[in-house]
Amino acid sequence: MLAVNFLLLAAVLFSIGVYGVIARRNAVMVLMSIELILNSVNLNLIAFSLMHGVADGQVFALYVIAIAAAEVGVGLAMVLMIYRNRRSIALDELSEMKG
Amino acid sequence: MFAADTSRALELTSGWFLENAWLAGLLPVIGFALIIGLGKRMPMKGAEIGLASMAATLVVTVGAAIQWMQRVNSAEGPGEEATGLVQAFGRSLPRAAEGGEAEPFIAPVVKTWVWWQNSGLEFGIGSSIDGLAALLLALVAFITLLVQIFSLDYIRNDRRYTHFFASITLFSGGMLIMLMAENMVQLILGWEIMGLTSFMLIGHWWEEEANSRAALKAFFTVRVGDVGLLVGTAIIFFGANQWAVDNLDSNGFNISAIQAWALSGEADTQFLLWGAVALFIAAIGKSGQFPLHTWLPDAMAGPTPVSSLLHSSTMVVAGVFLVARIYPVFWEGFNIGTGGLSFIAIIGAITIVIAALLAFVQDDIKKVLAYSTVSQLGYMMLGLGTGAWLPAVFHIFTHAFFKCALFLCAGSISHSGSHHSFDMKKDMGGLRKKMPVTFAAWIVSTLALTGVFPFAGFWSKDEIIDNVGNNGYTFLMWVALGGAALTAMYMTRATYLTFFGEPRGAAAGEHHQHDTDVEAEEHELEEATVGAPEPRSLGAAAATHGGGGSAGGDHDDHGDHGDHGDHGPHESGPLLLVPIVILAFLAVVAGFANPTPLASRFGEGVELIKTYVEPRAEAVVVDDFLASGPGDSLILVDVPAAAPAAEAEGDGAAKTGCGFTSPEAGTVCFFPAVSHAEPKFAKILLSLGIVAAGYAVAIAFCVAYYGRRDKRLVGLTERNKALRGGFLFLKNKYYLDALYENVIVRAVAHPIAKAAYWINQHVLDATVDGVGVGARRTGQWVYDNIDQKVVDGAVNGSGFAASEAGHAMQSTQSGKVSQYGALLFGAAAVAAIVLVIVNVS
Repeated sequence: MLAVNFLLLAAVLFSIGVYGVIARRNAVMVLMSIELILNSVNLNLIAFSLMHGVADGQVFALYVIAIAAAEVGVGLAMVLMIYRNRRSIALDELSEMKG
Repeated sequence: MFAADTSRALELTSGWFLENAWLAGLLPVIGFALIIGLGKRMPMKGAEIGLASMAATLVVTVGAAIQWMQRVNSAEGPGEEATGLVQAFGRSLPRAAEGGEAEPFIAPVVKTWVWWQNSGLEFGIGSSIDGLAALLLALVAFITLLVQIFSLDYIRNDRRYTHFFASITLFSGGMLIMLMAENMVQLILGWEIMGLTSFMLIGHWWEEEANSRAALKAFFTVRVGDVGLLVGTAIIFFGANQWAVDNLDSNGFNISAIQAWALSGEADTQFLLWGAVALFIAAIGKSGQFPLHTWLPDAMAGPTPVSSLLHSSTMVVAGVFLVARIYPVFWEGFNIGTGGLSFIAIIGAITIVIAALLAFVQDDIKKVLAYSTVSQLGYMMLGLGTGAWLPAVFHIFTHAFFKCALFLCAGSISHSGSHHSFDMKKDMGGLRKKMPVTFAAWIVSTLALTGVFPFAGFWSKDEIIDNVGNNGYTFLMWVALGGAALTAMYMTRATYLTFFGEPRGAAAGEHHQHDTDVEAEEHELEEATVGAPEPRSLGAAAATHGGGGSAGGDHDDHGDHGDHGDHGPHESGPLLLVPIVILAFLAVVAGFANPTPLASRFGEGVELIKTYVEPRAEAVVVDDFLASGPGDSLILVDVPAAAPAAEAEGDGAAKTGCGFTSPEAGTVCFFPAVSHAEPKFAKILLSLGIVAAGYAVAIAFCVAYYGRRDKRLVGLTERNKALRGGFLFLKNKYYLDALYENVIVRAVAHPIAKAAYWINQHVLDATVDGVGVGARRTGQWVYDNIDQKVVDGAVNGSGFAASEAGHAMQSTQSGKVSQYGALLFGAAAVAAIVLVIVNVS
């Protein structure tokens, strides 16, 4: 079944993304991992859209892409500011928000 | 506007000015607000706003008066409507008494807005114009405008110039609002505005204690009467309301409804009697009738323009107007129609005589005029109290002109002739050559006041006297005639002291001989130190004046004394003289507005006031009454069916018509059928003769006493005990002031004050203290138990709980992003597993 392949690929991508978010120290890598997660979700949406023959999922995927672009823009700006202040973007060193 | 469902439907014309006469009340109020708000920044310091608003008011009121005349003419029949003033003046209207057709009642033009309503009771504000209102509105606006022009120069450089114009504009506004009142509530409103602003104006120079005391006295004395107004309005309301609701779909405050109720024959006589008594007490207070006249001469403490306005056409006329306005209440309440000796007539007659006698012992020229006003108001009241409604109203009209002129003359004399003094004996005398125009105006106005043919006062005062006699009050007629002689005498005395004889004091220029550069300071000093004027003999006054200064109580103090380049007495400037001359001219001709003795020769058309002002005593059918509020007129259709009012032709003949017999069912009357005296040549000669005798006696006395200083007369009051007693009795104003202040106020007010103090200390304070202690204890308990334990406990507890929860959760907030991510995804995974399990099973 074609859809199963899509879903498998999406699951793999999702897992890689989750691993990246949790395990990577580099903030840029974390952002890229988030992109992976989002794209895996997009893949799922489109796969189900194909499966059911309804365009809703594809439209929704377009929205996710637009939002993701904005999110990356904001995230990269934050990373840039962090780099300017600390000369480093290692996330494990960032613990000022500790409660 | 009027239904035309009978063959003789009444088609009355109206007009823009009649419909919008409420503007006359609104414009001065707007003017007042503008002067207060912007006056000081204007080039003429607000005076121009006052003049403009009053000129606009004059246009509206005169327009309304002319349109009212057209309305009256239009009632005579279609196709004959008069179109202008000239035609209106030239018309001769047939009277019912002459066998002409019965003249229909002319309904007033009403325009009001409801501003408050509660359970069917509606209060409107607006205008209700009939002949009486139209006449007096135009009169007040005209007099006020002239007085304002006079004031431009008279109080120039005054320290409260702007406020003066603001107050005087609002004052006239109050009078106009009262005159156009459609219901008693609006009448009270205007009445009280006048009370307040008269207080402001009389106390205009409040820095001197005498002035502020005079203002307070005026205010409180009038307040005594105002209680009567409120009580009387309430009595009439409770008496008339049900009838008005049932018959006219109106209410007990509506003046037309009150008039109709009083004449309906269904009114409770007790309500009528006590309502009339209470309302007349209000009129006594406002119009300075005995025994509440004492405030009026003290009101001379205000600037002279204020006195002239107060005493000619506004404040003091308000009481007379009140009686004239709801005349049916007094007519029925006091049985005027059947010749009852009414409270009003008695008070009026007493006032005529006592005020005229008081005028003899005054040294202050303004106080002579003040008592003269009181006396003339007595004539008006006497006329109203004996059924002579028309002559009384006519006397308001003529009196306004000559009394205003006399006061303005007094102002002119003090301004230019006697250096701001009003003391005739000290600072005047011989002014006729120095002030010829003022002198001429004074003489003309004096002749008008004393009722000399053919000046204005003759026509009105003689009419009152004639009608009083004609209505059966012979004794009161002789009292009035005696009052006329007294008037001639005291005015002769005032004229002689002011304009004849040797110049004295300031009139001789003495005030300026020793002070040219330090005058202002000295003047201030004098005012601070000099008390009430002492009665002095003439020679002593003239001899000591040079060093003694002038009497402080008699001053019109200007704050700044303006140009003193021209010392000594001189004629006043044009701004003072023009109003005086106009008024003096009217004092000559105003009587020809209603020359009743000429009516037999020229027809009744010459009696303009009678034709246009006196309401017709005809019953009218209440066809319908518009339900949309008190603002709408009655729809009236005249009925020939109602018995026409029979003029009193012979003695003993039973009178019928409005005011005598109840109107037929379905019809109402608004005015009683007052009778009019037939002028008789002999009576006119009699009154003229009495006045002439008064003049002759007074002139002889003045020349002998003041001029030649006849030994038989000088010091007579010191030698003869009886005369001395009389003199002191008058000098002390019948001890009424002493009675009020020392006896009544002390006897009544002091125990009351003591009792009030005791109650205050022992009852009120104890209560207040008890409440305070109780409240404090309760408060302490509440603080200890509820505030501290419950409220604070809840607040602290929630804060503590939040704090502990935060500490417990603190460890999760490591600050590490990856840890947050792990938690997030872990939670998402758990949630997903739960979801799958739930959905699958």
